[in-house]
Amino acid sequence: MTAEKKTVSIYVMGKQSEVPYGVTIMKAMEYAGYRFIRGCGCRGGFCGACGTVYRKPGNFRLKVGLACATMVEDGMHLTQIPFYPANKAVYNLEALEPTLGTLLKYYPEITRCLGCNQCTRICPQELPVMNYIATAQRGDIEATAHQSFDCIMCGLCASRCPAEIVQYNVGILARRLYGRHIAPRAKHLAERVDEIRAGKFDAELDRLMQMSKEELQKLYNARDIEQ
Amino acid sequence: MHVKAKDLDDSTRAALAALGLELTELPEWTCCGAVFPLAQDNYMGMVAAARILANAAKLGDGRLVTVCSFCYHVLKRVNFAFRNRTEARNKLNEYLEEHYNGEVTLLHPLELIRDDVGFDVLQDRVYRRLKGLKVACYYGCTLSRPAEEMGFGEPENPTIMEELVAALGAEPVGFSWKTKCCGSYQVLNNAALAADRAQAVLEAASRQGAHVIITSCPLCRYNLERLPVGAAGKGESEARLPVLYFTQLLGIALQLPATTLGLDSHYLDALKEARA
Repeated sequence: MTAEKKTVSIYVMGKQSEVPYGVTIMKAMEYAGYRFIRGCGCRGGFCGACGTVYRKPGNFRLKVGLACATMVEDGMHLTQIPFYPANKAVYNLEALEPTLGTLLKYYPEITRCLGCNQCTRICPQELPVMNYIATAQRGDIEATAHQSFDCIMCGLCASRCPAEIVQYNVGILARRLYGRHIAPRAKHLAERVDEIRAGKFDAELDRLMQMSKEELQKLYNARDIEQ
Repeated sequence: MHVKAKDLDDSTRAALAALGLELTELPEWTCCGAVFPLAQDNYMGMVAAARILANAAKLGDGRLVTVCSFCYHVLKRVNFAFRNRTEARNKLNEYLEEHYNGEVTLLHPLELIRDDVGFDVLQDRVYRRLKGLKVACYYGCTLSRPAEEMGFGEPENPTIMEELVAALGAEPVGFSWKTKCCGSYQVLNNAALAADRAQAVLEAASRQGAHVIITSCPLCRYNLERLPVGAAGKGESEARLPVLYFTQLLGIALQLPATTLGLDSHYLDALKEARA
């Protein structure tokens, strides 16, 4: 009977470490003695702070994952790219028009796209990155907003782009333009805001504020829970 | 096409639909690159067009139609490379992780109309004969050359647009600048040079008595229409002619509403005046 393998060998920036089998890259690195000051955020696969690139032995293909959500594998060579220098436009959203001209004014480099598709290949969220740059090039802000919606701003696309496009910042500009200037306004929200301003809920809030901790707990436990 | 050349997009779809030809837009597409690489081994410059072709091969009936002269030029030449150049085919397929061998047939709408409708049939379907209208057909430099790769008729004297014009009842006029360059992207580097080119095209067409110039390229149209007045600094040109897309002229002959053709009323007025 062979002994169960309990550790794997990984190479962090070239330095070999024996780490427990079955843990995430982030936990393995901490086990090996690394301490995260940057490049670590939610630890739940959402914030995009811990973008990591790696290769496995015998495979030329560059792989990516979030360190907090990707399991270590034996022989993995990895490094974190938690930040990538990016051209980040500053603008007053209220004053912008949702047009191709606006996208080109702040990010003229989108027209340099060569169509190499490396951004799409690297995206840990598996977004159609090259395609949303193509839709941005033709001024389809709504499509760019929708296709980039699940972007976690990890920046790995920009790290691979030969045209030096910062795809994730183009995406967020498109989503902001869409949300502020294109998407239909929610009527019910405006009505509710008016009701709040008119004081419709003041009495109820006052009543809650006067309650003791026990009364609040009782009320909380008896709340309606959506199934 | 969706923004800067919306009138070309709209008029192409409307005119072809009126002839029973429905186009389906590719669900995903990128810019083709707009310039075919001058270096034979610049495969990076061919990747975008190669992907568009490989994706198109998986959809529809194997035919891909594009109306912009640059798109047609680049896609056709990349497709030619897939069919005829082993190294290009292998390199591009390896990079794209595809198995494309040039199966797509790339068509210009002029070819689609000729092959699927027929200019003789079109002649009977025209509601408003454009009798008396003299039309200069401007191909520019990218539709017909290089001849072996483009296969668009005589490289210096293609005639497919003239055949369309004749079917519409109008009179095509020959002119010496019909396959010369309009100045193209030099409009960005050297606007005066492009303006001189555009001016020469307009004058050559005007000398032959043309009332209107038609083209299939957004950049040709931009240069012909905008440059001779402004950038050359020569003031209003005497040889100023309305410049339309061939699809707009086709739409007029098919009596489609001007709004579906992206036509301002001043074009229609100019045409009426020309034929009066």
